[in-house]
Amino acid sequence: MSDILIDVRHLKQWFPIRTGFFSSTPLKAVDDVNFTIKKGETLGLVGESGCGKTTVARSMLQLYKPTAGEVYFDGTLISKDNIHALRREMQMVFQDPYSSLNPRMTVGDIVGEPLDVHKLYANRQERKERIEELISLVGLNSEHTRRYAHEFSGGQRQRIGIARALAVNPQFIACDESVSALDVSIQAQILNMFRDLQEKLGLSYLFIAHDILVVNHMSDRVAVMYLGKIIETADTEEINGHPVHPYTVSLLSAVPVPDPRSARERKRIILQGDVPSPLKVPSGCAFRTRCPYATEQCAAETPPLVDRGGGHLVACWNR
Amino acid sequence: MNETNNHPDCQYILQVKDLHTSFFTDAGEVKAVNGVNFDLPPGKVLGIVGESGSGKSVTAYSILRILTEPGKTTQGEVIFRGEDVLRYSRRKVRDFRGARISIIFQDPMTSLNPTYTIGNQIDEAILLHTNRSREEARARSIELLRLVGVNEPQRRVKQYPHELSGGMRQRVMIAMALACEPDILIADEPTTALDVTIQAQILELMQELQQKLGMAIIIITHDLGVIADMCDEIIVMYGGRVCERGNAEDIFYRSKHEYTRGLLRSLPASNRSRDKLIPIPGSPVDMLRLPPGCPFAARCESAMKICLEQMPEELAMGGEHYASCWLNVRGTIKENADE
Repeated sequence: MSDILIDVRHLKQWFPIRTGFFSSTPLKAVDDVNFTIKKGETLGLVGESGCGKTTVARSMLQLYKPTAGEVYFDGTLISKDNIHALRREMQMVFQDPYSSLNPRMTVGDIVGEPLDVHKLYANRQERKERIEELISLVGLNSEHTRRYAHEFSGGQRQRIGIARALAVNPQFIACDESVSALDVSIQAQILNMFRDLQEKLGLSYLFIAHDILVVNHMSDRVAVMYLGKIIETADTEEINGHPVHPYTVSLLSAVPVPDPRSARERKRIILQGDVPSPLKVPSGCAFRTRCPYATEQCAAETPPLVDRGGGHLVACWNR
Repeated sequence: MNETNNHPDCQYILQVKDLHTSFFTDAGEVKAVNGVNFDLPPGKVLGIVGESGSGKSVTAYSILRILTEPGKTTQGEVIFRGEDVLRYSRRKVRDFRGARISIIFQDPMTSLNPTYTIGNQIDEAILLHTNRSREEARARSIELLRLVGVNEPQRRVKQYPHELSGGMRQRVMIAMALACEPDILIADEPTTALDVTIQAQILELMQELQQKLGMAIIIITHDLGVIADMCDEIIVMYGGRVCERGNAEDIFYRSKHEYTRGLLRSLPASNRSRDKLIPIPGSPVDMLRLPPGCPFAARCESAMKICLEQMPEELAMGGEHYASCWLNVRGTIKENADE
């Protein structure tokens, strides 16, 4: 068996948007995305809002029915028939720790629900013990299981969401902006916890965030998305040290760095204009409307994602 | 330099002295701002940084007097040109806001009126504070939109907020705030709702305008990156109090408060390292149950007995660098040994 855990091939997720009484246009939220995640590896996914990061996570976990493409988990093609069983292996932690926990359930029941769904205990006592084990794994204590979600702070709620994801002993977790809603000091606690759990349980992550410094910190490899496509992917150090795609270059240069001395020396590369509407994606390379290097070829043909050596993949005609 | 506090009108465009603002809720008094002091020199960029609930926005709202019930400023002074804004009459406050000081908010969609064209909304600010006619006001609106980098301003003035992107809306908000050439612009999380590349556009624009128009800017944000990029002077707030204030070098490289240090340590470093982050333990302080001592004491690893019992005074650390931490009081001797 290979060491590749997740293999996503030609994933497409189009949503029909009604444009008239009988007509509809596809919104290509995810358009031909390919990537793999190895066992124990973290793949970071960055990009601006609306570029399809979240949709990638949701459609690979079959929370949407993908328009096209295949997702393999540990060599098995995910389909309608095996997804229920595979959900035990693939979990998700959401962005908003407020709306993703049921306010009418106690914390014990929230964390216990996946155990109920997958019938992972023999008796009540075993269920209770497992819940307490999970709760302590994420740094809360067993007394908390009888309380309701509203009694907790944002950071504690995110811990509850993580305990729920861990309940079924998954091998893979998609973290969708899982620390974005948290304050900086709490964010660091949760990021450390993700790393501890990875070491302890051998987890693989798809780590989605708009905060590039956070993604860099967490990921072995980073993929950059723009309007539904991955435009560059490489090892974290490689992509930060030698970004190639003009979008990646300007994205990295635009990140405000918490260090006044290097901020003064640094030159921001300011992109002109806004991200085009995903309903009207430019022909060819979607980035060409904002790209300083765009040529006629960029409008005519979509650049393929090509390996430039050492697993550094770039989709650009000119760089 | 140290005597300037006694001469309110010469050195600083705005001075905030011992500001206290509370929210009188059913659950009890929430002391959101608890004795805030700072001075804003003209033409400088001041950053107020802190986590949610630290009182940074409430400080700004208190200065502008736009608090809503049950919030009330209970104590303190806000000195603008030798006069206390908090004692202004209603009429005078109206002239002050918009004309001398203005604010842009985090979310440009909810702070623009969806039922008026953006031209109408900018015109309104101009008509309210100047003697211009409608035509002159419209001409000025178009000029302002051009100034903030909105393309085709003649066409844009006739558009409604929903027709613009988030970055464009924030530019419109800035145009509105600049309508009467204020001396002070307050930006409350101006780029938090925006994407990184758009954020860079707006920050660049604010820097450009600041240099061109020479106004002072107060940026309120939780993002230390934005602070490092933009600010000359920095205030760090926690639990409604100023922990530390000073220039960018003081705060980032010579910090004298455990909270500031903890905050900087807990950030993922810009040069990537896969080392563990050092988080600040515990949860933010409960504003309904503020401790008698330093609000950060419960999470501070160097906390002493006195930290829990008594609030430390603000202590000058050299130059315009001030910190409120008992360790500095105790540590004057120890510090020499450290260095």
